[in-house]
Amino acid sequence: MQRIRLRYTKRGRLRFTSHRDFQRAFERALRRAEVPMAYSAGFTPHPKVSYANAAPTGTGSEAEYLEIQLAEVREVEQLRKLLDESLPAGLDITDAVEARTSSFAERLEASVWELRLDGVEPADAERAVAAFLAAEQVDVQRRTKNGLRTFDARGAVIRLEARDAAADRPGDGPCAILRLVVRHATPAVRPDDVLSGLRATADLAPPVPAAVTRLAQGLLDEESGTVTDPLAPDRDAAPAFPTTAAGPSPAGGAQVPEGSA
Amino acid sequence: MPVESVFPRLEALLPHVQKPIQYVGGELNSTVKPWDECDVRWALMYPDAYEVGLPNQGVMILYEVLNEREGVLAERTYSVWPDLEELMREHEVPQFTVDSHRPVKAFDVFGLSFSTELGYTNMLTALDLAGIPLDSKDRTIDDPIVLAGGHAAFNPEPIADFIDCAVIGDGEQAVLEITEIIRAWKAEGRPGGREELLFRLAKTGGVYVPAFYDVEYLPDGRIGRVVPNKSGVPWRVSKHTVMDLDEWPYPKQPLVPLAETVHERMSVEIFRGCTRGCRFCQAGMITRPVRERSITGIGEMVDKGLKATGFEEVGLLSLSSADHTEIGDIAKGLADRYEEDKIGLSLPSTRVDAFNVDLANELTRNGRRSGLTFAPEGGSERMRKVINKMVSEEDLIRTVATAYGNGWRQVKLYFMCGLPTETDEDVLQIGDMAVNVIAKGREVSGSNDIRCTVSIGGFVPKPHTPFQWAPQLSAEETDARLAKLRDKIRGDKKYGRSIGFRYHDGKPGIVEGLLSRGDRRIGSVIRAVYEDGGRFDGWREHFSYDRWMKCAEQTLPEQGVDVAWYTTRERTYEEVLPWDHLDSGLDKDWLWEDWQDALDETEVEDCRWTPCFDCGVCPQMDTSIQIGPTGKKLLPLSVVK
Ligand code: B12
Ligand code: SF4
Repeated sequence: MQRIRLRYTKRGRLRFTSHRDFQRAFERALRRAEVPMAYSAGFTPHPKVSYANAAPTGTGSEAEYLEIQLAEVREVEQLRKLLDESLPAGLDITDAVEARTSSFAERLEASVWELRLDGVEPADAERAVAAFLAAEQVDVQRRTKNGLRTFDARGAVIRLEARDAAADRPGDGPCAILRLVVRHATPAVRPDDVLSGLRATADLAPPVPAAVTRLAQGLLDEESGTVTDPLAPDRDAAPAFPTTAAGPSPAGGAQVPEGSA
Repeated sequence: MPVESVFPRLEALLPHVQKPIQYVGGELNSTVKPWDECDVRWALMYPDAYEVGLPNQGVMILYEVLNEREGVLAERTYSVWPDLEELMREHEVPQFTVDSHRPVKAFDVFGLSFSTELGYTNMLTALDLAGIPLDSKDRTIDDPIVLAGGHAAFNPEPIADFIDCAVIGDGEQAVLEITEIIRAWKAEGRPGGREELLFRLAKTGGVYVPAFYDVEYLPDGRIGRVVPNKSGVPWRVSKHTVMDLDEWPYPKQPLVPLAETVHERMSVEIFRGCTRGCRFCQAGMITRPVRERSITGIGEMVDKGLKATGFEEVGLLSLSSADHTEIGDIAKGLADRYEEDKIGLSLPSTRVDAFNVDLANELTRNGRRSGLTFAPEGGSERMRKVINKMVSEEDLIRTVATAYGNGWRQVKLYFMCGLPTETDEDVLQIGDMAVNVIAKGREVSGSNDIRCTVSIGGFVPKPHTPFQWAPQLSAEETDARLAKLRDKIRGDKKYGRSIGFRYHDGKPGIVEGLLSRGDRRIGSVIRAVYEDGGRFDGWREHFSYDRWMKCAEQTLPEQGVDVAWYTTRERTYEEVLPWDHLDSGLDKDWLWEDWQDALDETEVEDCRWTPCFDCGVCPQMDTSIQIGPTGKKLLPLSVVK
């Protein structure tokens, strides 16, 4: 069995794709691309796909991850291309590696988010960010299935910075961009929660909904507040020679991709 | 002139609505053509929610046929749910297409597909959101031509005030002809304005322009006559019929939505038309004659369609799929071909015979045998003679015995209540039939763990059928009759708990009846309902019978009619029916004779295997039956791995 880890995006208007919608679209893409999937046992067999930590509906993402299990070995880059072509533009498969390490999900320790706040003066955003970061704890509320829930949105935030978007698009109205690094915790602190926190601490109220995009997920370096590529360990573990497959690699695996870093 | 996308403004609203994905487009196999390079532009609408409208074959076909043409562009639009409607009104975002989010008002044609009358109020919402005047007479040269099609368009009179024109029958060739007429008129600099364009369309004899016809009423409320008010406009407008389905293998690239929809499968129409002659069935009557797609044509469409979509299920569509002359070979051929690929096959089959069970077995060779559906439609032998659904109770019992014997656990039976001449006794016999089905099922399966579900709805008489003259049963009587049947089934100690009972109350049927057989005076009711907030009438949670009745009482009496006049009143031979000037090909005298035969409980045969019974369609429309067998076989395709 070959296991492949994929990185995919939710771009532009397709950021409104819910996770369920994505799952259906992805399984159809597997069929279109004629990927030889491994199936679960049972009365209604399902192709073996595991999804990690999907971004909420309405937020864009450059860094979603999933893993598939194949019944036959395939060349990884070719498979990536085929799958990418089989999905609508905006749901793009941007990276693929063969799984050679375990506990992938645990490597998704943190996310980097970008929040674009149209109509917000960068100076106001900076002030709000400073107030938020100065606080020990910022209680926010979110509606969940079990009613309104109150929790701290500050603790999980590793970094938060505001900058002026004007440089990218001179002429338009004011626009601030926030860059946020958040540790994945329970309960998960999402970009909206941080926005609620900014409203609570500094009355920051964007006139239009923020455009939110996840830029990266991966291992967190607490010191620098950076997030590193979670697929790198799989790439690094690539065997020097295709035949000397190490660890949990495919049994009959003849084709192994080149480790491109 | 460039037309701006409304997406940036819409986008800001989407985080606040349910299921925003339905409004963004970008479906696999969707097409966005450059606006400025096209000179005829269509906005096509299925006037219901995206989840119902997207899988609609009619719209998908026309979308592709038009987009394949050079210089022609078609985009799609669907009804927005009330949450978005409210925001769009507040922020002045107009009705938009999902493909490139252009305002509907910017297109040349706004074509609506009505498979049911329950979409009329949604049309008004869309027109209003689009900024297009609701009344045809108030539109200007800057408004699109509003065109109705689909089965309900066979009686477009209730919406005559709101549409500019209607096309009846198959749309493939009709939309291309219309496109050419618009192209020429635009190229000439739009001489004579809208009126001239509509006149050019009307002159073809295949496009109905209500404004060119005057309706005269008799003192008693009936129609005196319908006359063209402009010379050169034909007295009757005829339906369109596509003759060789193999030449029209659409959709070639079915749309694959991201949002969840009601029908997640690849559908291939295996034939059009049906000549079984069930007297209640409008679809069967208006789509004659039968035209089959060939077995090889079907095989190719399935192959290409699956590759283009990645769907896991194929539906072989038609009005009575088991009737295809080569259905056995088609089913076996496809089951063989996709044995390995976990592709499910389904066939909306309604005929009650053992052959159907064999077919169903073939189609579920690799899967689970959950439920089979049959539609005897009438509970008693007498009723089935009246409606010309020639199935005997012995046939049915034999069939279900085969089904339960082959491992099927659940049988669903469809019926109608309120058929002409029906009595309580006829409906109560449905209970006996269900009991016999369960008794037989327990016997052959040796198990008590089998079920039979009786599903029953009120009958609505439809235009262009032999029952177009029939009185509809009132909602109260329908409900009373259904309650008796329910009590009978529930009261059966021995078998009752194995029988499920599903029914629709009689009220929605009355509104459907009003809209189906209505005339131009019904337009005032539709408008009043829309203005009162009526939307999504096909949805139980939105439909309001009381609102429809309230609005009817406000507007109909001053015109000398009422709801009962349109629904429960029986019509006579002489009466001019509102749709008589729309020619479905059926001879009115033949329909009348068939109505008389129904009352006498006399059956007619299917003209595919017995001599022509002169319904009038073939000579009138210069068409003919097109059926196999071709004798060809479906070759298993080599699967490229
Ligand atoms: C698949 C199907 C469904 C599916 C999918 C519906 C969908 N979104 O498309 C589901 C299961 C959801 C469904 C539901 C219902 N269905 Co249904 N369904 C069918 C079925 C089997 C196929 C429809 C089809 O795709 N036909 C093929 C296409 C190509 O034909 P078409 O849509 O008519 O389009 C052609 C022309 O009409 C024309 N045209 C269409 N639109 C336009 C627009 C313009 C501008 C122009 C110029 C031309 C044009 O051009 C097209 C190409 O030639 C038909 C039976 C049949 N074979 O037609 C029943 C049928 C249409 N359904 C029917 C009914 C009653 C219903 C329900 C009301 C059932 C219920 N009680 O809930 C609901 C209504 C749902 C809704 N709100 O629309 C009836 C309609 C009865 C009638 N008119 O008298 C039919 C005819 C079945 C029958 N024998 O009774 N249905
Ligand atoms: S078999 Fe009867 S109900 Fe079905 S489509 Fe034909 S005529 Fe209509």
